Amino acid sequence: MDPAAAKLLGAGIAAIGMGAAAIGVGQIFGSYLSGALRNPSAADGQLPRAFIGAALAEGLGIFAFVVALILLFVA
Amino acid sequence: MAATEKVIDPIHQFQIVPLSGKISILGQDYSFTNASLYMVIVVGIACLLMLYGTRKRAVVPGRLQAAMELFYEFTVDTVVSTTGKDGLRFLPLVFSLFIFVTISNYMGLIPGAFTVTSHIIVTFAFAMLVILTVIIYGMIRHGAHFFGLFVPSGVPKILLPFISLIEIVSFMSRPVSLSMRLFANMLAGHIALKVFAGFIIMLTAAGGWAVLAPLPLLAMVAINALELLVCGLQAFVFAILTCIYLNDALHPGH
Repeated sequence: MDPAAAKLLGAGIAAIGMGAAAIGVGQIFGSYLSGALRNPSAADGQLPRAFIGAALAEGLGIFAFVVALILLFVA
Repeated sequence: MAATEKVIDPIHQFQIVPLSGKISILGQDYSFTNASLYMVIVVGIACLLMLYGTRKRAVVPGRLQAAMELFYEFTVDTVVSTTGKDGLRFLPLVFSLFIFVTISNYMGLIPGAFTVTSHIIVTFAFAMLVILTVIIYGMIRHGAHFFGLFVPSGVPKILLPFISLIEIVSFMSRPVSLSMRLFANMLAGHIALKVFAGFIIMLTAAGGWAVLAPLPLLAMVAINALELLVCGLQAFVFAILTCIYLNDALHPGH
């Protein structure tokens, strides 16, 4: 296979990881929202935790994005 | 700018150009670049806002003073809720990092401005500062007990080596993930903005398709709104993760 084509394909495959991270972030906020609707008085106290969880999950998707960028522009 | 060029280059905005002549000390390049200029501006804005905002020390704060007090108290609340009262000795570190990252993130949203935090070396320097503070302070305060961080209590003896290994690897990857998160979020946001701006130019140049040009323009507005959220959120996440890591130095052992 042409190396340039393989590089672009690799970048595309690496981008799949971002979709997986999106599922994770969606699940965190979905669970947070369903919990918050059951007990609205406790919701505000848990919002920072939801953000931390979302940031940690998002970080892994960001790694996939960086891999794609490295393939596109650096490697 | 992209209209004159054949190729729209979304990476061009991250280019570092020296503004002064080449200053080299011991063979290293120490030129004053646009990145240095924007760092100086960010520090200047932070100092100005804080000093000017609190210059009167009014009992009933004005608008600017109220905003600055809000910012300060928010940081104090974050530090106390994640590390406890004795984490307040790290408040200057956390607050400086928080305000620097916040202001430089928002500065980057001004069209034409340079985003300091979109460079991995800047964020990695911050992350290493935090992790080295954790390690050095933890070693000084707790000595060998600091390594209790890697030995969770209540784990069966057979599993302990593996769990410790995982804990060590996760500790080692902290500076990488902490810096990468902020850097890649800023990078991705600015690239997305530039790519959508490129769509507008390409559509207006494409004859009859130019009627569709307002669509990416609307998308730009939406993405800008999202970026405003992301900038604040990532600065907050950076600050709160700093607090969580500092908590390990203050209270090691699970």
